[in-house]
Amino acid sequence: MRIVVVGGGMAGTIFANNLARRLSSELKAGKARITMLSASDKHIYQPGWLYVALGRMTPDELEREEASLLEPEIAFFVDPVQSFRLGESHVVTRSGKVHEYDLLVIATGSRPVPEDVPGLKENSVHCYSAEDALKLHDRLQAFTGGRILVTVGLPHKCPMIPLEITFTMHDFIRDRGLIDKTEFYYTYPIGRAHSLENVATWASGEFAKLGVRQETFFNLKEVDGAKGCVRSEEGSEVKYDLLVAVPPHRGEAVIEENKLGPNGWIPTDRYSLHMQGDHGEKVIVLGDTTNLPISKAGSTAHFEAEVAAENAAAMVKTGRAARSYDGKVFCFIEAGKDRATYAMFTYQKPPEPRAPNAAMHAFKMAYNQLYWASVRGLM
Amino acid sequence: MIGHRVVDARGSFCPGPLMELIAAMKQVAVGDTLELLSSDEGSARDVPEWVQKVGHVMERSERDDARVWHLFVRKAK
Ligand SMILES: Cc1cc2nc3c(=O)[nH]c(=O)nc-3n(C[C@H](O)[C@H](O)[C@H](O)COP(=O)(O)OP(=O)(O)OC[C@H]3O[C@@H](n4cnc5c(N)ncnc54)[C@H](O)[C@@H]3O)c2cc1C
Repeated sequence: MRIVVVGGGMAGTIFANNLARRLSSELKAGKARITMLSASDKHIYQPGWLYVALGRMTPDELEREEASLLEPEIAFFVDPVQSFRLGESHVVTRSGKVHEYDLLVIATGSRPVPEDVPGLKENSVHCYSAEDALKLHDRLQAFTGGRILVTVGLPHKCPMIPLEITFTMHDFIRDRGLIDKTEFYYTYPIGRAHSLENVATWASGEFAKLGVRQETFFNLKEVDGAKGCVRSEEGSEVKYDLLVAVPPHRGEAVIEENKLGPNGWIPTDRYSLHMQGDHGEKVIVLGDTTNLPISKAGSTAHFEAEVAAENAAAMVKTGRAARSYDGKVFCFIEAGKDRATYAMFTYQKPPEPRAPNAAMHAFKMAYNQLYWASVRGLM
Repeated sequence: MIGHRVVDARGSFCPGPLMELIAAMKQVAVGDTLELLSSDEGSARDVPEWVQKVGHVMERSERDDARVWHLFVRKAK
């Protein structure tokens, strides 16, 4: 069985390592082959960019050589896929190489597209790349007071960022002695402060204590840089001195160009994780690039990858898949003042978040390091 | 041609059905209808509230035997 994994991020790496371990004898005997094609020789721990924006981490701490994280049996090439020829069961890379497969795994992730909202790219800062996180940090350092407006586009990766960035920037500004000169103004697309209802209730209580203003049902329409204001689809206008965005996202351009899914989101079966439509029986989709109605988060990518690897191994060994993905997601929530909490849920089971505490923050900080063991499949 | 697209947000706690709808709305043309599937009780309330605020059209809503809401929203602008 020839397995080709496209994307060396969280989902692709966890899938490939997990599968390689399950199929070690088949790989040695030449009965199975795993090839990974990625766009970069680096593996980046993106959650760390939040801490880069706050000056608590530097970008180099968040990078490893992808090859160093992979099981030795995996053939790894930095040669991004340009063309998906699903009808002929092969992909073509930038260098022109053709890779044939019996099973294709697409895990190309997602990317921020602030340019989708007029004026947003030119007038806002965010933490969705190392470079942008450093820019946000510079702006926070240079800030002398006024209104910090947090604005949220849809869809976006990591659903906790709107709250986390607000709470942690509040700490940062307070520590700079500027809290009396600063107003935090938080906006959110639906009628409460977060998609998870109990998280929203808790967050609004915290906002009230901290003096953070909130406006709900606020969907970005345009940013007027000259006037320093943001207008919403709902007809509201809010002024800012510093505009911090959670930009809208799309899947990779290559997904759109190959017509695999509108805006780069690939229609995916929520249980089997196979691509829906023609040729889907040979294609699995993992991580941010699915169109599933669940959080675009590393934990989602992780749990999906484990299920998919178990299924792929079972297919090789017994000719049948092992189990379904149950929609499991686990998200840490940084709550400011060095406290954190988490939310865990599935398609069936709603989350029951607990009050934030210092131990959960310490665990998140430890996880930022443990991630490198986790992505290798060692925990 | 007037399009019709289904947004299957059953079992979605985060981002949740309304955020799925708002995101999908940007991908369709004015005049198209989206059919949102939601197993969340709150959708029958918060979807029409948002649709009205933003100025789209709530065509109809119904609940099937599996207690799934089908909310039909037409993009008006
Ligand atoms: C600031 C921030 C904070 C976050 N915090 C959290 C958090 O606390 N908890 C959490 O669970 N998640 C968090 N996330 C989200 C998490 O990082 C992503 O959801 C996760 O990385 C998605 O994994 P993925 O494998 O789908 O995509 P990625 O990890 O983005 O990997 C995509 C891979 O595809 C490759 N690729 C792209 N195009 C091609 C191509 N044409 N051919 C081959 N390869 C290609 C890329 O090089 C990359 O290796 C956060 C994200 C950000 C930005």
